[in-house]
Formats: sequence, C-alpha cells, structure tokens
Amino acid sequence: MARTEVVTATAWEPVIGLETHVELATATKLFCGCANQFGAEPNTNVCPVCLGLPGSLPVLNARVVEFALRIGAALRCRVPEQSIFARKNYFYPDMPKDYQISQYEEPVCIDGTLDVDGRAVGIERAHIEEDTGKTVHVGGGGRIHEAGYSLVDYNRAGVPLMEIVSRPDLRSAEEARAYVTELRALLEAIGVSDVKMEEGSLRIDANVSLRPAGDAAFGTRVEVKNMNSLRSLGRALEFEIERQAGLLDAGERIVQETRHWDEGAGVTHGLRSKEEAFDYRYFPEPDLVPLAPDAEMRAEAAAALPELPADRRARLSADWGIDEDMARILVGTPGLAEYAEAAVAAGAAPVAVARWCTGEVLAYLHEVRVAPGELALLPDGLAELVALVDDGTLSRKLAKDVLDECLRTGEHPSAVVKARGLAQVSDEGELAAVLDAIVADHADVVAAYRAGDDKVKKKKRGFLMGAAMKATRGQANPALLNRLLDQRLG
Amino acid sequence: MIPGPVDGDADADAVALAAAVRSGDRSARAVVDQHLARIDERDEELHAFLLVMADEARAAADAVDATVAAGRDPGPLAGVPVALKDVLCTRGVPTTCGSRILEGWRPPYTATVVARVLAAGGIPIGKTNMDEFAMGSSTENSSYGPTRNPHDPTRVPGGSSGGSAAAVGGGLAPLALGSDTGGSVRQPAALCGVVGVKPTYGLVSRYGLVAFASSLDQVGPFATTVADAAVLLEVIAGHDPCDSTSVPEPGPRLLEGLDDGVDGLRIGIVTELTDVEGVEPEVVAAVEQAGHALEKAGATVERVSVPSAAYGISAYYLIAPAEASSNLARYDGVRYGLRVDAGDTATMNARTRDTGFGPEVKRRIMLGTYALSAGYYDAYYGQAQRVRTLVIRDFARVYERCDALISPTSPSTAFELGARTADPLAMYLSDVCTVPSSLAGHPAMSVPFGAGAHGLPVGLQVLAPARGEAVMFRVAQVVEEAA
Repeated sequence: MARTEVVTATAWEPVIGLETHVELATATKLFCGCANQFGAEPNTNVCPVCLGLPGSLPVLNARVVEFALRIGAALRCRVPEQSIFARKNYFYPDMPKDYQISQYEEPVCIDGTLDVDGRAVGIERAHIEEDTGKTVHVGGGGRIHEAGYSLVDYNRAGVPLMEIVSRPDLRSAEEARAYVTELRALLEAIGVSDVKMEEGSLRIDANVSLRPAGDAAFGTRVEVKNMNSLRSLGRALEFEIERQAGLLDAGERIVQETRHWDEGAGVTHGLRSKEEAFDYRYFPEPDLVPLAPDAEMRAEAAAALPELPADRRARLSADWGIDEDMARILVGTPGLAEYAEAAVAAGAAPVAVARWCTGEVLAYLHEVRVAPGELALLPDGLAELVALVDDGTLSRKLAKDVLDECLRTGEHPSAVVKARGLAQVSDEGELAAVLDAIVADHADVVAAYRAGDDKVKKKKRGFLMGAAMKATRGQANPALLNRLLDQRLG
Repeated sequence: MIPGPVDGDADADAVALAAAVRSGDRSARAVVDQHLARIDERDEELHAFLLVMADEARAAADAVDATVAAGRDPGPLAGVPVALKDVLCTRGVPTTCGSRILEGWRPPYTATVVARVLAAGGIPIGKTNMDEFAMGSSTENSSYGPTRNPHDPTRVPGGSSGGSAAAVGGGLAPLALGSDTGGSVRQPAALCGVVGVKPTYGLVSRYGLVAFASSLDQVGPFATTVADAAVLLEVIAGHDPCDSTSVPEPGPRLLEGLDDGVDGLRIGIVTELTDVEGVEPEVVAAVEQAGHALEKAGATVERVSVPSAAYGISAYYLIAPAEASSNLARYDGVRYGLRVDAGDTATMNARTRDTGFGPEVKRRIMLGTYALSAGYYDAYYGQAQRVRTLVIRDFARVYERCDALISPTSPSTAFELGARTADPLAMYLSDVCTVPSSLAGHPAMSVPFGAGAHGLPVGLQVLAPARGEAVMFRVAQVVEEAA
C-alpha cells in the first residue's frame, strides 16, 4: 500500500485509527416511532421520547438490531451473548436528555476485520447509539461565539447510529481514505445506510499520533473531527501529520486534544483545552434491558449478507473484462456499480458501460453532487447511448455531447440525436458531394497540397478535412470521409 | 381505637362506590362533587393537592354516567375519584414534580397508569403534593410548601408521596397513585394510616412517570382498604410496550384469592428491619402483635435474617442519586419549564438549575455525579451495585423457607414538621425499612396496624418475593382484619 512520506530529520510513522459514525437507514428512529428522514421541516419528526420529555422512555427498534448484526457479520466481528446500553452524560442543547444512550463496556460487536487493499485492518468494536439534534447559530456568520441566538432542530435526535471503531492500524492519509472507501462500499452493499458523507450519514473522526519509525509504543494522540468528505479526510490527516511532525522536530510535545478541521483554511484548530476535558460518567442505561440476540437472529444476519464489495470487484473484473482500477471505482462509488449493472442488464456492452460510468458519468456526479440513483438519465438511457455508438450512429465525441445533455435533462439519447439532427453521416453519396464542393471552392489548397512536401501535404489535408467536418456540423463519419478525400487528392 | 381514615365513612370505600355507580344507585357526578366539596373544606389546611382538576373531573364523571345510562359498564373504578401524585404526566394539565423548574409545564401526553385509570372509569381529581422530584420522606421538600398529616396537622404526612397519602387519609379521595423509589408510597401510607403498595419492579408501567431513579421507581396505589388497593393495582398493572422494563405478562389477579387466608403460610419477621436501634418500641410491639395475629390465623411466624439489608440504605443513597443526576440533567432551560437567561448556554443552564432546583435535589445531584465520576465509580456506584446483588441473594435465601416477610414500614410514627429538615441523614433513615425490597425489585406494602405514641398510626410492612403480590395481599388482608 502506498504511504505518505513525511520528510523530516527523524522519520515519523503516523498511526491512525478511525471512528466512523453511520446513520442507519431505518424507517423510524432508534427508540421511538418517529420517521428517520433527512431534510424534513425542523422539529416535525419528534415525539415525547426523542424530545426526552420528562417521563418518556426508550424502546429499542428491532430493525436496528438486525442492521447491527448484519454489520457485525460483514466486519467478521464477534457478537457477544449480550450487550448493554449505557448513558454518556454531558450537557449540550441539541441533546434532549443531556445524556446520549450509547454502548460502552459491552458493545454489540467486537473484534472484527475489514480487508483494505489486501490487508486486514482491525475493527475494535461497533456499537449502537442515538444521534443528536442539530444546532443552527443565527447571526455572526453562523459561528457560535458571535451568534445572536441559536435554533435547535431535533429531527435528527434519536436517529440510529452505529459507531465503528478501527484499531490504530492505518499508517497514512491514503490508507485512511482507502479504509473509508472500503467500509463505505461494504455498508452500502449490505443495505444498512445510504452512506452520504455530505449529508452526514457517514461521519469520520480520526485519532492521529506519530512515533519514530520502528518504535512499538504509540505517541500522544490527537482526535480530528469535522471532515465531511473523503477528500477533506485526506487533507485533514495530511495537515495533522505534518503539524505533529513539525512540533516533534522542534522538540515540542503533542497535547492530547480534539481538533476541528477547517475545510476553508485547510488547517486543524484545537477545540477545547485539557481542563475542560469531559467526564462522561458512563453507567448502564436503566431504562433498557440488555440486548441478547438469539441464535435465529444471528443466523438470519449472516444469511442475509449480500455479495460484498471484494467479491463484486472480482466478479466485475472477470465477467466484464475490465481492469481492477475500474472495478474499484465502480464498487467504491456509492450506487455506481448498481447503475452500471443495470445498464448492462439493459443490453449494453459492459466495457463501454464501465468506461462511461467511470469517466463522464462519475465526473458529472462529482460536479452536481448527486448519487447515481438520483440521476435524471436512467441506466437504460446509458445503454441506449452505448448502442448508438456501437451501431455507428454517434461518434464517441458526439456521444459525449449527447450524454452531457441527457445527464442534465434526463432525455433519452435517441431523442436528443433526433432533435438535434446529430446522427453521424455515413452516406457515401452525401459526403462525396460535400467534398466535391470543397475541392472546387479551394482549388488553390488542392494545388498546394499536390506540390508540397509531406509537411505541407499534412497541413493542407487537415484544412480540407476540417472544412468538410464543419460543413457536416461534425457529424460526418470520420473514417469514410478520410477515404473519400484520399480518392479526390490521390 | 385504631386510627383509620379521618372522616371515614362508607363513601371512602372505592369498591362500594364503584358498585353503586355501576348499578346506577349513585351518579359519578355526585361522587365527584362530594369529594370536590371535601377538598374545598379541608385542603386549605392539609395542602394535599397542588392542583384540583375540578372541570376535568366533572367532565369525566359525566362521561361515566353517560356510559352507565347507555347500559354499558364503565369499569371497575366507575366514578371513583383518584388523586395523582404530581410526578405523573397528564396531557394538557400542569405537572410540576413539586419543583419550580417544571412550573407551568403541560405534558403533551398522558402516563400509561393514568390512561388505565381513565379506561377503568376512574376519575383523576387532582395532582398531589410531593417532595421535589420524589426526593424526601416528609413532603417538606416541595417547592410549593409542605403537606400536613390528616391525623395531626402539626406533623408531616411522610413522603415523598405525602400529598397522595394525605388525600386518601384525609378522605379527600378514596384512591390515589404515588411513586415509590425507596419507600415513597409505603412510608407516607404508614404515617397517614392508609394502605400503600410498591409493586414488583416492572409490574406497573413507568411510561409517563417522571423519573427519579429509573431502576427503582414504581407507581403504586394508596387506598383505605387492602381490597381497594388490590382493585387499583389490578387496573394499573400489566405489560406496557412503551416501557422496556415492563414485565411482558398481564397483571396479577388479586381480588380472587384475597380472602384465602394465611393458613399454612410461613412468615418471617425481618430482624435487621425490626430489632434495631431507632425503631420506636410501639412500632416493634405492633409488628409482634401482627405476628401473633398471623399465627392465630394459621401461619407459622419466626424471626429471620436478611444480613445485607443493614447496608441497604447506604447502597440506596448511592444508586438512586447516581441515576437521578443523569435523569435530572434534562432540566436545562432549553426546551421547557423554567429558563433563567444568560449570555451563553452553559451559564443559562447553570442559572436555571440553580434557581429551579431546591437544596435536597441539588444535594442528590451532587452526590450522584460524584458517585459516577471517573476514579470513584467503582468505589461508590460499583460497590453499591454489588451490595444490591447481595441483598437480592439474601432475600432469595430467606424466601426458600418463607412465603412472605413482615417488618415495620417506618421506624417511627409521623414526626413534627421541621423535626428532621436540618438533618438530611436523619431524614434518610426514615427509609431504612423500605429500601431493601426496592433494591431487590420485590413487592412490599404497608397496612395500618395499631397505634404508636400520641395515638398516631403505625404501618406494618408486608414483603414478598418478585411477582408475589397475590400472597402479599392475602397476608395484608389478614393483618387488616386483625387490626
């Protein structure tokens, strides 16, 4: 695996562990019947339980247990006979009870692994917990200290989360990104989350420390928060590794603290000082009974596992004849492999589909920040585009333009071709007439061609081809046009 | 003369009242009006109620009468007024928990037990006074002033459900609901001369009961007779899907075997709760007399030992405050109740809590926070949980040879207002006899038996193993008949 080289006097080895919070895609919240829904009007998906009103009590959502066991099976975790819920106590306005129901000493999943680029990264634990609400600071540019007042939306309060904690097995920002990419693909494959980092349904905190290369002992670790994309995770880790290396090189000590990644400034800031360190006073949640999944539930979770990303990559490479990198992009981009497979199922050639999906389609997804499943152009539309290239109706260049329009509008490629009169012209008689007119209009160029050396010949021939393409608005079949021009110049 | 409910008459008996309303002999409206009149008459002195739900009660009574008129059965509590400790959520009706911090808060939902009372034809007649957040043994910790004992208004009614106990003891309501965490139903029942029950943990839903200490809290009935308490417990018991700690079974049938007697039962007198310093001699004498009465009725009675019960109070005063410190965190001024504004959120939280909570609540939040804090958890909370395990084990051993146990409910009869307010530890010791069965999650109840100094009521505590309510009520019935 590639590693980030830290160029310093002492060679420092980064040690990284990641805590991943995954919002589970259940219909309802963790402990009540309110809808688990992103983007609803503030404080509409709330009830006495998720608002933590006096006298309310939590009741565990059975679907969450099912998802937790599925995650445990996919990460090859051990699922103990019983796990217990615990209260994590601290005051925060967006946390309705001023404690979070989580799991502490006895989590639902322990001791798993995730294969990342052929290496097993340890999973220390995965536990169930509830999400908090969201605070919006009004005025002062949204910054807490300058805000005039704050508004709290409790729609997210009580949404089910799994916190998946890796062992400190990662050694570079790139490895960390690869781990998250693989974990995200895995969670997507097993259908437990929509894994959208931008919407916060997948959130990463990183623990980073440095040690002299070769040492076994860990250095002092810093927790970095607020990375809301894979890219910012990579940038934040690279910054933090360099920051720590700089301090260590200067003979300074690393302060154990939580730091906040500032995407705009590209730096991490210290959040709270040591004397404000929280004592969460965890204790077993007396309002819930221990979670003790029976043999049947465990067996169902294992049986319910669909094809996992590694297997899918292997299958796509073998069946479609595409290279590993392409398979990695397809499977590593949420929803993209589904989209491509649907296009292939609609009859398109797999290699062409894979090439479009990992090229233009992927670029468009990044540009407009949507998931493949939300594209206006459905997979059968992409299949149609591939067919139009295959049968010679569209050149690859024209096909790009058509695809671009289809992605934006959702129009079928054939409809766009028809509306814009874009079909490639392969009619020999039509192209011959165009060329005859050009040769007649540019007798001087033809003469120069005939008299010139190779260099001149190439230039003059290019001019005539360009004129012919222009006259056919780029729709001439290039191979046929070349042959016909050669006949006239030869 | 054995002190019973003050102003007691046939009307105070819930079973008789419900029968009269169901048969059409009396209207629920008349029953309710009569009790509202009594409240008007006496509650200025007693201060059992924080809120009288006169309009709601009359409307509910009219609905019961309409049901009877339509030839349908309103249920086993038809037309019977029920006073509710102000720790139970009542939709749209202020619920304060005796605290300034919840002043003005109207819950948007109704507690399961209250809904069940309504469904059985019962009439919630008002919200009763209590020690703030159920923390106390005299109802003097209410932010809205103390309640007085109906037998002697210079004395406390006990607590924390003192308002409910005084309402029933004073004849203002035939039935009441309280909550019992370490004795908060049983001890005031004893001091007010009424029957009070703490059911098996999980038998009665806690949904809508504002939490003090979640692993100990149970809702329980107050009544003037054992049979009335059985009727109310039958109504409120049974599984509730909204409470994960609720036993997944229907509630017990208590009235059926109530008169089966105690012939052949083995009953133990718990030495650690009876023969110890601090228990008044008249109270010990009452326990002895109850033992003789049970023997006469055919039971075998012997002294038994539950050694760890002696440590119950120490364990309880770590576990209950620890859970309370977490349960009461939500009163932060952000969403409901009192808010004292400040320049930043943390200061607003602190000022709100400083203003809204009384001294005893603050004391317990601090105790509990300390008991859970890093470095002390194992020595305090952890150790208390180990004692709790011992208490359960010791009870299990005793219940191998006993069907039920008896002891005093309270070491003393009702004490004077102000007598223990300066000494929190003395106040905590009021719970010494009731706390062990709370820690074990077992049922226990107090039945009036005999009189102590100044002719004040004495409560006999009957204890039983988990889900042992049927036997416990049989014993209580014999004790009541012998009183």
